[in-house]
Amino acid sequence: MTKVTMTINGKPRSGDAEGRTLLSSFLRDELGLTGTHVGCDTSQCGACVVHVNGKAVKSCTMFAAEADGAEVDTIEGQANADGSLNVIQQAFQDYHGLQCGFCTPGMVMSAAALLKENPIPSEAEIRHYLEGNICRCTGYHNIVRAILAASGQDVPAVAAE
Amino acid sequence: MPKDSGIGASPKRREDVRFLTGTGNYTDDINIHGQAYAWFIRSDAAHGKINNIDASAAEAMDGVLKVFTSADFAEAGGMPCGWQVTDRHGEAMQEPKHPILAEGKVRHVGDPIAVVVADTPDLARDAAEAVEIDIEELEAVMDMKAAVADGATKVHDDLTSNLCYDWGFVEENREAVDEAIKSAAHVTTLELVNNRLVANPMEPRVAVGDYNRANDEHTLYTTSQNPHVIRLLMGAFVLGIPEHKLRVVAPDVGGGFGAKIFHYAEEAFVTFAAKALNRPVKWTCSRSEAFISDAHGRDHVTKIELAMDENHKFTAIRTDTYANMGAYLSTFAPSVPTWLHGTLMAGNYTTPLIYVNVKAVFTNTVPVDAYRGAGRPEATFQLERVIDKAARELDIDPVELRRINFIQPDQFPYDTPVAVSYDTGNYQATMDKALEISGYADFEARRAESEARGKLRGIGVAHYIEACGIAPSNLVGQLGARAGLYESATVRVNATGSISVFTGSHSHGQGHETTFAQVVAEMIGVDASQIDIVHGDTSKVPMGMGTYGSRSIAVGGSAMVRATEKIINKAKKIAAHLMEASEADIELKDGQFSVAGTDKSVAWGDVTLAAYVPHNYPLEEIEPGLEESAFYDPANFTYPSGAYICEVEVDPETGEVDMLGFTAADDFGNVINPMIVEGQVHGGLAQGIGQAMMENCVYDENGQLLSGSFMDYTMPRADDMPMMNVDHSCQTPCTHNPLGVKGCGEAGAIGSPPAVVNAVIDALHRAGNKVEHIDMPVSPARVWKAMHG
Repeated sequence: MTKVTMTINGKPRSGDAEGRTLLSSFLRDELGLTGTHVGCDTSQCGACVVHVNGKAVKSCTMFAAEADGAEVDTIEGQANADGSLNVIQQAFQDYHGLQCGFCTPGMVMSAAALLKENPIPSEAEIRHYLEGNICRCTGYHNIVRAILAASGQDVPAVAAE
Repeated sequence: MPKDSGIGASPKRREDVRFLTGTGNYTDDINIHGQAYAWFIRSDAAHGKINNIDASAAEAMDGVLKVFTSADFAEAGGMPCGWQVTDRHGEAMQEPKHPILAEGKVRHVGDPIAVVVADTPDLARDAAEAVEIDIEELEAVMDMKAAVADGATKVHDDLTSNLCYDWGFVEENREAVDEAIKSAAHVTTLELVNNRLVANPMEPRVAVGDYNRANDEHTLYTTSQNPHVIRLLMGAFVLGIPEHKLRVVAPDVGGGFGAKIFHYAEEAFVTFAAKALNRPVKWTCSRSEAFISDAHGRDHVTKIELAMDENHKFTAIRTDTYANMGAYLSTFAPSVPTWLHGTLMAGNYTTPLIYVNVKAVFTNTVPVDAYRGAGRPEATFQLERVIDKAARELDIDPVELRRINFIQPDQFPYDTPVAVSYDTGNYQATMDKALEISGYADFEARRAESEARGKLRGIGVAHYIEACGIAPSNLVGQLGARAGLYESATVRVNATGSISVFTGSHSHGQGHETTFAQVVAEMIGVDASQIDIVHGDTSKVPMGMGTYGSRSIAVGGSAMVRATEKIINKAKKIAAHLMEASEADIELKDGQFSVAGTDKSVAWGDVTLAAYVPHNYPLEEIEPGLEESAFYDPANFTYPSGAYICEVEVDPETGEVDMLGFTAADDFGNVINPMIVEGQVHGGLAQGIGQAMMENCVYDENGQLLSGSFMDYTMPRADDMPMMNVDHSCQTPCTHNPLGVKGCGEAGAIGSPPAVVNAVIDALHRAGNKVEHIDMPVSPARVWKAMHG
């Protein structure tokens, strides 16, 4: 076990990790940040996406020790300072972009990274960017619409508002 | 009451806030002080004899509490099957024992053999490596037809064969159907495979067992769609724990799609081990483990014959199916290819004679059970594919052939020849709506445009019916169900007027906390924010049957309506007393009780307070308090239906199919929350399109699962899916439940696979390539091969 320290959602956090401890396990099991979910064991599903030093990372693909000293942002730190939902979270609620909620933290974190890189993405760019995030509930339809809305674009009227 | 929170409105979902902020409470988020961790050692052989298990080295490792094997479960029962099918000859199906841990033999890759429990997950996993298991491999039984041939290797040595049952329905019609097919003007025959699927809810299964020695109480936290069903099956049949000493909690559950209906060995294990070790025990399934331990879906091999007269009217259907049960009977497995499949073979059509034969077969594969749609997609796929093939053979428009044979709006209620009676529907209307939305009439211009780009464009149509709102208990009891299928609700009005509703339905993505509150808000006239929906805990909710079969609003919602009606009736008595009026004159509107024809009124909160502070109260007539329960048993199934149309482009060079657009026109009867209903259809369509285009669970001939992870099993991703155009404006309300609702959860997965395959075949035919059928998934390799031989 070694002690690992990182800045999580703006606050310093430390905990013990074995060399083999994944960042996802460290967040969930050591620090109790259970908003980051684990939906597979082959780095395919994206439920565990967090931001490490500002970049979207599947937290099951790196060891906790590799994130020692890093700035890590998780779903728990996404809401506005007053506790209200941020623009992306609010768009997901407004457009019914989630059902069971399990893939949602990863989707929101990926969407945030996308909009940082590409503030006005096309529908095709959104779909391509979400390649690494699997949702089994929504058919992606309302996730795509939510991200279009969060980026301030018109949302296609193929489903009820 | 604000108009935006009652029936027909689309208020935002209240459950979203916790899911969007990482504060949901899924089973893997539950950690109990002192908990130990279970690691299941699973068979890597499909079929084999266990010669020896040596756990001594593992048990000697630091931090290892115990290694469990079947010997530890000598007193426990097997995993029970909840449905008994009676075969064509009046005999009960063959029902093998399904032990918690393998006894003497392993029967599929993933069959659990032993479990290590240790202080940490990593220790348990490390110790599992030190358990030595000697398995003598036997021939794997994989092909269903070979499995039932004489002399085949048996999956279960104590059964007479690998045939679970040979079911005929309706057996009395068998000869008449044969005769009708012989004498028909035209018969279309199609052989097809309904591909094996893995449900893959994004949250893998998890179970945490806890035991309180002080009061001998067990608690199981589990990823279940129906915690009471787990309590009943596990308590009564597996571990012998009475219900009052067993609490089952299914907290936030990350999707189910059927795979979380069933009682699994891991649930019984952690419950048992928590007492045996006097420590909480947690098991978290990995995705790879889910592929070899969650029940799979579908896996039918079918031949269907459709007979028609000279006017293209359907005269008879005969269908023969081999249905894979896997190695053991999962909880509801026997019902899926029989009562959830055979009863739907009439579809939307007036076919007078139908005979369905199903041979259910044991193989050395993971057990197969209900997956979104369950039996109804298998029925719809073969029917809607054979109709398309018939239309092509007869050179008639496939929409027209369906129209000729539709049950007409004035024929309802309609008794089918396969036992069920449809209460309402209007299939012409849903077909017309889908044709309109999809721009069916202008297809040729789009096809020509595709052709100019070197692509083959096709359009596919399907119409479906499903039986939902499962189910009338007396009927399913006659059909072999070993459970009732009612639903429960308790409505508890608190002293200051807020309301807690306890429902036996379970939400694992469906949004019941929002929609159920809308119904009660509408009935009483208070704001939905005053109403909480509580579900998923057997210690809080009355005995309920849970969520599957698109039953929540139709059955659970109806129970809630009945309980709320009782509340309103009692509240009116109290209001009458408070206003010194006759009960018959009391009206409830917008949360105010008034006396008809006067300006007297009392507010909802005054009445609820009086119920709990009964100083001025009709104590001689009624008890204090305001809490009522109802158990609702439906009089019939509900019958959602709809028309689905999709357009695809096939690349003739590669065989790749591009899904261009999908239209769904559904009739769900009345709709409580349109936003949520549309979301349910989107999700169902994605799973149906996934089945048709990419998903496939594949075993090799030795029983090794080739598609055992998200690297190999192709889940639909965002750029595989088109935008979907869904409509639910055609509404023929259900006639036998108080809300007039039919259910919407499975429709998309039922109606879409044939629409997709019909579109691909259409594209090829329009290009002059007379391919008759391509089995799902219509992968580029399969399409290319069909085109080029």
